[in-house]
Amino acid sequence: MMERFNNPVFVKELKLRFRSFKSFSGLMFYLAVICIFIAGFLLITTEFTGKGFFRPETSFMMFAVLTILQMALILFITPSLTAGAISSEREKQTLNILLTTTQNSTQIIIGKLLSSVAFLVLMLIAGLPLYSLVFLFGGVSPSQLISIFLFYLLTVVAIGSIGVMFSTITKRTIVAMISTYGSIIFLGGITAFFFFLSMAFHQMGNAVGTGTSYMAYFWASINPGALMLTLTSSSMGDALVQVSGVKLPVWISYLIAYSLIIIVCLTIAIKKLRANMKSNR
Amino acid sequence: MIEIRDLTKRYGSFTALDHLNLSLEEGVVFGFVGANGAGKSTTFSILATLLSPTSGDALINGKSVIKEPKEVRKQIGYMPDFFGVYDQLKVDEYLDFYGASYGIVAAERKVLIPQLLELVKLTNKRHEYVDLLSRGMKQRLCLARALIHDPKVLILDEPASGLDPRARVEMRDILRNLKSMGKTILISSHILPELAEMCDEIGVIDNGKLIAHGNVASIQAQLKGEKRIVVKVTDRLNEVRAFLEEDPLISSIDVMDNRLEIAFNYRGTDDDQAALLKKAILANLPIYALSEEEKDLEDVFMAITKGADNQ
Repeated sequence: MMERFNNPVFVKELKLRFRSFKSFSGLMFYLAVICIFIAGFLLITTEFTGKGFFRPETSFMMFAVLTILQMALILFITPSLTAGAISSEREKQTLNILLTTTQNSTQIIIGKLLSSVAFLVLMLIAGLPLYSLVFLFGGVSPSQLISIFLFYLLTVVAIGSIGVMFSTITKRTIVAMISTYGSIIFLGGITAFFFFLSMAFHQMGNAVGTGTSYMAYFWASINPGALMLTLTSSSMGDALVQVSGVKLPVWISYLIAYSLIIIVCLTIAIKKLRANMKSNR
Repeated sequence: MIEIRDLTKRYGSFTALDHLNLSLEEGVVFGFVGANGAGKSTTFSILATLLSPTSGDALINGKSVIKEPKEVRKQIGYMPDFFGVYDQLKVDEYLDFYGASYGIVAAERKVLIPQLLELVKLTNKRHEYVDLLSRGMKQRLCLARALIHDPKVLILDEPASGLDPRARVEMRDILRNLKSMGKTILISSHILPELAEMCDEIGVIDNGKLIAHGNVASIQAQLKGEKRIVVKVTDRLNEVRAFLEEDPLISSIDVMDNRLEIAFNYRGTDDDQAALLKKAILANLPIYALSEEEKDLEDVFMAITKGADNQ
């Protein structure tokens, strides 16, 4: 039974990943950034005395900023782990051999994606003790933390799927990498710009609180930053409802949009893996 | 075992394979000979289910490479002309990964891997990292990998390229071993003489067309007509030359002064040749040896492809 669920590519990728120094240096870099941030934040709020008090509001503030920071780090690291998935096999001339084995395209693509996701999950878990420091000071509920982690996971899988797709359809890793970072800039930055743009257009004709702007809502709902803001503070969610007039919580639209990204990207990757074959069986 | 029917592959206006037909029996070792770009690798890629043909089909053990690629993959072990290995993977892990990729269960892999390493003489390298192996060892490891699911057919694209003479001999010994195990082997190589002694059948491909197919002797026979003969003399080179020039069946006489040898093309039959020799001896010429120059596969190949070009 174990053998049935065994994915050879997944096992091999994990083995290779955990043997490379790059993985550990990446993990170290990630934890270092979070450590520096938390230490800096604590020092600033206690005015470098190490004494004084820490209000729940301040703790919440730290939590919110940490959440956005962690999201940014994930967005930054995921492409480097996934954009080489297939193209690096092609560059190393190992892909053809892999394709003549009896594994089907789905198995290979899923194995590649899951191994990258597994590493990112390890990163998130490794950062959890630091992240949990906020519980010392109160102001944040564990359920909030769990939902944020689930959305991290969704985002990682979606960005990972984009990376694997570009890795499959482009010949070279560097091109796949640039394309994936491009997608992230679009999802994280350009959507925010469009959100403010459509808000501005919307407000030209209407007073705040009147009418609905689906456009503004749409751009906000696919932006990971906006999602994290609404997840950490319900007042942010209320504000968005007020300005856009759409009552559907952002996390639902985000879930739908990112699930669609995953499905579309993985389907393309699976179809294009055996590009020189008419059928992908 | 292998049935290639009207196989055609076009890239835009370039035709890589032009209605290739070929049929091979089980257990045959088939040598595929042709210049670079003649279509050998394209044919092998199609058989290995990596490339769809533009038209035509190929059946391996009755399974179509187009309709049942997954079934075909179970039947074949493929070794590409260029391949890489994963760094940071050890020899036994390398084989274990591919074994798992073919759906072989862990317990079976554990038994199989030492046997395969024994076969390709890599037992003592078992725990070494794959990327640190020499080229010859990597080639042998890749061969072991191609054998892991016990395929009936082996498709080996240039298995001896880039190997030093010793590594080539080792590779040849392993292939001979595989042949005795009853595998059907398709092999392409630039090192033609080595193919000749291993192969039961040879196919010559040029510009995507199979221009000759048969056993080595029959292909050599296609070239019959003129043979190149060398005579060795102890002295009086010019006298011998004058004698040979009188014979109407002789042409292209080459005198090699420094070696006291004369080479010439001869159109006559074996009886004519015997008569010529007798006449020479009766004329008291100091000939001490007469031999036919062996045409190896390389000459065969050069002659056949040159012929095809002229058409």
